Amino acid sequence: MAFISSGYNPEKPMEGRITDIGPRHFTEFLPPVLAKNKGAWDYHEILEPGVLLHVALSGDKVYTVRCGGARLMSITHIREICDIADKYCGGHLRFTTRNNIEFMVGSLDEAKALKADLNGRKFSGGSHKFPVGGTGAGVTNIVHTQGWVHCHTPATDASGTVKATMDVVFEEFQNMRLPAPVRISMACCLNMCGAVHASDIAILGIHRKPPIIDHENLDNVCEVPLAVAACPTGAIRPTKIEYQGKQVNTVAVKQERCMFCGNCYTMCPAMPLSDKDGDGIAIMVGGKISNRITKPSFSKVVVPFIPNEPPRWPSMTKVIKQILDAYSADAHKYERLGDWANRIGWERFFEKCGLEFTAHLIDDFRDPAYYTWRQTTQFKF
Amino acid sequence: MVKHKTPLLDQLESGPWPSFVSDIKQEAEHRQANPKKLDYQVPADCPDDLLGVLELSYVDGETHWKHGGIVGVFGYGGGVIGRYCDQPEKFPGVAHFHTMRVAQPSGMFYTTAFLRQLCDIWELRGSGLTNMHGSTGDIVLIGTSTPQLEEIFHELTHNMNNDLGGSGSNLRTPACCLGESRCEYACYDSQELCYQLTQEYQDELHRPAFPYKFKFKFDGCSLCCVASIARSDMSFIGTWRDEIRVDQKTVAAYVGGEIAPNAGAHSGRDWGKFDIQKEVIDLCPSQCMRYEGGKLEINNKECVRCMHCICVMPRALKIGNDRGCSILIGAKAPILDGPQMGSLTIPFIKVEPPYDEIKEFIENVWDWWMEEGKNRERIGETLKRLGFAKLLEVAGIKPDPRHVQEPRHNPYIFWKEDDVKGGWQREIADYRSRHQR
Repeated sequence: MAFISSGYNPEKPMEGRITDIGPRHFTEFLPPVLAKNKGAWDYHEILEPGVLLHVALSGDKVYTVRCGGARLMSITHIREICDIADKYCGGHLRFTTRNNIEFMVGSLDEAKALKADLNGRKFSGGSHKFPVGGTGAGVTNIVHTQGWVHCHTPATDASGTVKATMDVVFEEFQNMRLPAPVRISMACCLNMCGAVHASDIAILGIHRKPPIIDHENLDNVCEVPLAVAACPTGAIRPTKIEYQGKQVNTVAVKQERCMFCGNCYTMCPAMPLSDKDGDGIAIMVGGKISNRITKPSFSKVVVPFIPNEPPRWPSMTKVIKQILDAYSADAHKYERLGDWANRIGWERFFEKCGLEFTAHLIDDFRDPAYYTWRQTTQFKF
Repeated sequence: MVKHKTPLLDQLESGPWPSFVSDIKQEAEHRQANPKKLDYQVPADCPDDLLGVLELSYVDGETHWKHGGIVGVFGYGGGVIGRYCDQPEKFPGVAHFHTMRVAQPSGMFYTTAFLRQLCDIWELRGSGLTNMHGSTGDIVLIGTSTPQLEEIFHELTHNMNNDLGGSGSNLRTPACCLGESRCEYACYDSQELCYQLTQEYQDELHRPAFPYKFKFKFDGCSLCCVASIARSDMSFIGTWRDEIRVDQKTVAAYVGGEIAPNAGAHSGRDWGKFDIQKEVIDLCPSQCMRYEGGKLEINNKECVRCMHCICVMPRALKIGNDRGCSILIGAKAPILDGPQMGSLTIPFIKVEPPYDEIKEFIENVWDWWMEEGKNRERIGETLKRLGFAKLLEVAGIKPDPRHVQEPRHNPYIFWKEDDVKGGWQREIADYRSRHQR
């Protein structure tokens, strides 16, 4: 490999340097019909799963075809997306916040042709490249984190659990027959860089073994006070021990106080947590971010632990399907999953979903815990 | 030719949902074939090695990526995340595999020319693998080596007129919904406000000076498509303060079954004939509507603008005309002190260029947080520690019942000396003159 210079001169890093320019202005990228009608849209309609119509006050119409995608995407795949956008959409496209791709065209006929084209494209392994759907009262794409693909703290994989889940709920991605939208999110550790704490269904990687302490290296790679301060429960204290005949500065962990958040490992690489048997998945449900009808709410833990079962996590997908099916059968129109659980009562939720309730599900973390206990005689037998 | 056997990952190639494994394999093949005869600046087989190390994790049930590493571009304290493999001998192609975050345009609209240019840079100088997009909204380029960081940054800024995004204890790349560009619910230009504040605060974005990360997110309405209320330290949510506009004829058309309710979002199941009483009036959270004699009446003074009625009948009901946004503070995921939603701080503010009032508010809040916040404390946690009333005080906002769900449950009020007649300095002799010991 011969180094190819971009023009950057490492001897003079400031020479001609451009900084602090931010992103390009979005108006450079808007399809012409959107630029023309910006701020003057009248209404929209979902014509069929994955196909939206937006009508402007001017009478202009734009048809959007939405398709799913793995957020982990190669440039070969992106170039194929570009080829499609060049062929049908005058070289314009967008991505949604939930990793879907949207192609916009000027007529229903073009939208239908595009939809057929997208649904027909497959990877060599047989899966869809661009399945159309993800609109209305259905399951849309899962937002997720990096997992074992590219992160140092995960308790599970993200891309794999998402692929396994979406395969199981795929029909709901292509349909709009649920009581309300169901947003599934995935975060591979408690850090939740893909915040899943307000999702209808959340897949969350968790650790269950306290950190292992690398006494030999800790003082060289960590600031002891930062490691101590990192612990939300005060389980870590500085200490000196004899290690292989030498006095070393290190830390001690009061294991029964550990809540397995991994914050110490974030601050100190000599305190790894991950473990094949310790790590796995918790399932949370009933959160939402929309203010529609009811207030935004947090997801609640309903399954404390499911072991990691790569590559397809069958126990996890079974639980998700059980919850989704029970909700679909029982909830009222417009009722989000959490609103349904609140209406029928959580005792009914566990019964209808066929889930076991255990002590792990009763909050015992600080003040907010009290507000989740039941202070009424209203309950169901 | 397959470099590593991946029997577990291969099982993720079947099934309908797009397979990331198939896609990585496709990139691996592309780089092996190298149709453009490129002199790849990072190992050509890095996608193969990524599959290899991932397969190893599927066997081991543990990650094989090392903890961080300080790498970046000159003068910036964010935008690059160092990443090293803990099995570099087995997988040399991904031994050094850093992430670069690229600032995305508001609403994530692109031209293919832009994306192709980015792909060309990333094919030559990186792994060819990306996230479209990362959780905060950036374009994420996964996997390159340290010597390529400045080269990529140079090409991004000089040839694409585009910057890196944020990481670390700084302003993270702001994100917004698609707003006015294709949504009739947008109550302000979320894309423009996002862009303008991103430009205004480039220094805060690139050079960490905060106690911890800080996120802005901009939602055009209270449906919150970018999850600002749950995921941003400062959340801007569009709303209005006048009246929902009602077209009675079109309401009648919904009632008569001529138009599908909820914009067709429920068309996959037979939910029966549209019942405006049951589906709209009875579900209104403030019970401010009625439908009588073929006429929809809304008591707008009592409306809490939840958007439900508008969503059910988007052709008949429209957002008000006197628009702006609400600003909420302090949302975050559970680490460390439990999850928080944003707390309503400014119920209504107009969103008009040059946004001076909004900027003044932001800067007051930041000044306070930078002074009072502890290391790695999100502003929501600072709020919990020091009290919401303190925030109102530093931001110069008059307390209002809209700031609370309900008043406090305890009488432990931290009165200040100034609040009390005569102050707090008292003489025991004076007290004893009235009370024996």
